[in-house]
Amino acid sequence: MQRRDFLKKTGWTVSATAAAMSAPRLALAQSGPIRIGLMAPLSGVVAAGGREIVEGFNMYWEEIGSTVAGRKVEVVVEDDAGNPDTALQKARRLVEQQKVHFLFGNLLANTGLAVASYVKGNGTPYFIPVIAADDLTQRDRVPNVIRVAGYTASQMPRPLADWALKQGYKRIATISQDYTFGHEQCGGFAQVFSEGGGTIVNQFWNPLNTADFSPYLGQLASAKIDAVFAMELGADANRFMQQYANFGLKGQLPLLGAQNFTDQSVIRTMGPECEGIVSSAHFAEGSENPATQKFVKAYSAKYGKMPSLYGFSHYSGAMWVHQAMETVKGNVEARDAFLDAVRKTVLTDSPLGRPVRLDDYGNPIYDVFIRKVVKNADGKYWNVPVGTYENVSQFWTYDREKYLKQPPYSRDFQGIRKG
Amino acid sequence: MSAATGPTAGPGAAQENGAARARPLLWGAVITAFFGLLPFVLSTYQVSVATEVLIFALLAMSIDVLSGFAGRVSLGHGAMFGASTYVVIYWTSVLGGSPWTGLALGIVAATGLSAVFAWFCTRVSGVYFLLLTLALGMIVWGVCLRWTSVTGGENGIRGVGRPELLADPLVFYYTVLAVVMALTWVIWRFVRSPFGLTLRGVRDSESRMRSLGYNVSLHMFLAFTVSGFFAGVAGALYALFNNFVSPSTVQLSQSVEGLLMAIIGGVGTLAGSFIGAALIITLENVVSEYTARWPTVLGLMFILAMIFAPEGVIGAVRRLFARRKT
Repeated sequence: MQRRDFLKKTGWTVSATAAAMSAPRLALAQSGPIRIGLMAPLSGVVAAGGREIVEGFNMYWEEIGSTVAGRKVEVVVEDDAGNPDTALQKARRLVEQQKVHFLFGNLLANTGLAVASYVKGNGTPYFIPVIAADDLTQRDRVPNVIRVAGYTASQMPRPLADWALKQGYKRIATISQDYTFGHEQCGGFAQVFSEGGGTIVNQFWNPLNTADFSPYLGQLASAKIDAVFAMELGADANRFMQQYANFGLKGQLPLLGAQNFTDQSVIRTMGPECEGIVSSAHFAEGSENPATQKFVKAYSAKYGKMPSLYGFSHYSGAMWVHQAMETVKGNVEARDAFLDAVRKTVLTDSPLGRPVRLDDYGNPIYDVFIRKVVKNADGKYWNVPVGTYENVSQFWTYDREKYLKQPPYSRDFQGIRKG
Repeated sequence: MSAATGPTAGPGAAQENGAARARPLLWGAVITAFFGLLPFVLSTYQVSVATEVLIFALLAMSIDVLSGFAGRVSLGHGAMFGASTYVVIYWTSVLGGSPWTGLALGIVAATGLSAVFAWFCTRVSGVYFLLLTLALGMIVWGVCLRWTSVTGGENGIRGVGRPELLADPLVFYYTVLAVVMALTWVIWRFVRSPFGLTLRGVRDSESRMRSLGYNVSLHMFLAFTVSGFFAGVAGALYALFNNFVSPSTVQLSQSVEGLLMAIIGGVGTLAGSFIGAALIITLENVVSEYTARWPTVLGLMFILAMIFAPEGVIGAVRRLFARRKT
């Protein structure tokens, strides 16, 4: 009996000591700092974008002095390596060990989906300004996952399709990276364009990291089309534009792009090959809006480059959550009230310079710009608005119930109306 | 039988035959006790890391069966591991089936897949075996990536959570511990069996085994399939643990990581897999807390390990003891 008692006591002492050592901050949780877990790919193929996520996010908290409603804000940054399994592990650590109040970030859709499936189980709020996978705010919603200052993949290309119809384009071919983000963006474009009377002549799907686009470019050149819609990002976008110009298609065949195609993260290092490409997005660094220009100047001064979508989205996302935290007076421990405040927040002073609010499904409604790449006064290329579509939601002009009954976009389903 | 025992006649053979018959059991007891007591001193998050260590130790052991005992280094085990994970998650979340049936199906799928792999791979050895398993693994990865309608492509599939019975992290941890330790015993019996000895015979001299009348291809086929079964169990446990699957679960780096764990711990020791898995996963977690350059640190560690402890941690420790004795 005594021995068992001894064992029991030792066991308790050991575990209590360990617990005390591993979680010194726990006791102070209510009054202590607000801890935010930011995940971004800081190693791996998309590391450049990941760094811009951290830059944009930190820039905002620095600007406001890292204090919200009298509580200090602490940002814990973790590298998700662009790998869903790593992202999941890091999310677990941030929540269970670092005791963060909520999670933020991730870049690749698969990392975001992995983390979303984890927070679904434990209710930790998770904000995703860049994760664009359609179904996270459509068919597979998770109540505590909110797309602050984010967008769905198919949301942005739809206005561009409408604009293309108005330009008189009748026949368009698409080329897109062959993965879900590509299928979804391309689907948004193809559905609206074909429903408006246009014809999607052909759809090409290139594997990620395609070095040589010539087989596709040859077919595009001989396809008798009015324009090309391209969805490429990162190095693929860069290579596609280079080779499009080298093949002599530039200037002959109008090139339209998904928003990431001409994002600053791509065109920053490019020459005249990118000039004149038309794309659509809620953010245009070349917009004349004073709020946008103020942000672009501040970001350029701080980091020596113009902000990309990644930096912008996380800056605005931080602002959004900040506003909600003020509403609940810094009490982020009351999750339901906090999430509710985030959902009801109307973001007024973001770099967009116009109010942004969420729809009932947790996805923002934006005024979407049709943008054209031009050279600015400093000789750098940037995206300048040439048209605006107001109040574009993730459901475009569709009836939501009806829309949600159609299958998610994939290689096999692009929503194309025949005839 | 002399041919079969001959290959083991290394420095450790004398001890193996004599007094230390019980030593592996002792090792098993030490490992079980160590992992069994961990939850008393660790936080919930750290218990989840320990769960992962156990699952990956099983994967590393399944690779060790081939690389340590049959001399065939495989880069395809991540594919079997991940195939099992895919089947479990697809069965439970897309088809809405029972998780227990799902686990069984996952393991069957992985074993079947490894039988297919084995059928191709028994004909080759050395670097060709490495390349063939690599290629077959890449095919599985490619299928998972491109067959969007079933696998969800790059986005992967979300699971539905663990069954009620295993929902509690501690219960799950001890279940994993029980399964992994039981299988460790099975693997240990397997490699020490007469059949296992023939594998070592093949490792040391394939032509000798052939001339002694052993059907080497058949033995390799069976060994490969059985090792795939163990990888499949690890993958099924991983499905319950991770509750999410995407092509990164079947990709090459998964196979490489499993292999590295076996190598760092000590190839052909089984217990080394636990040490390797614990070292790599703990380091990944601890180092990444301090620097974004954690892959560099890990890489350096692997290089140093290869220079100073080419036989892995267990090999290095053994060498140390052997030196002290003489």
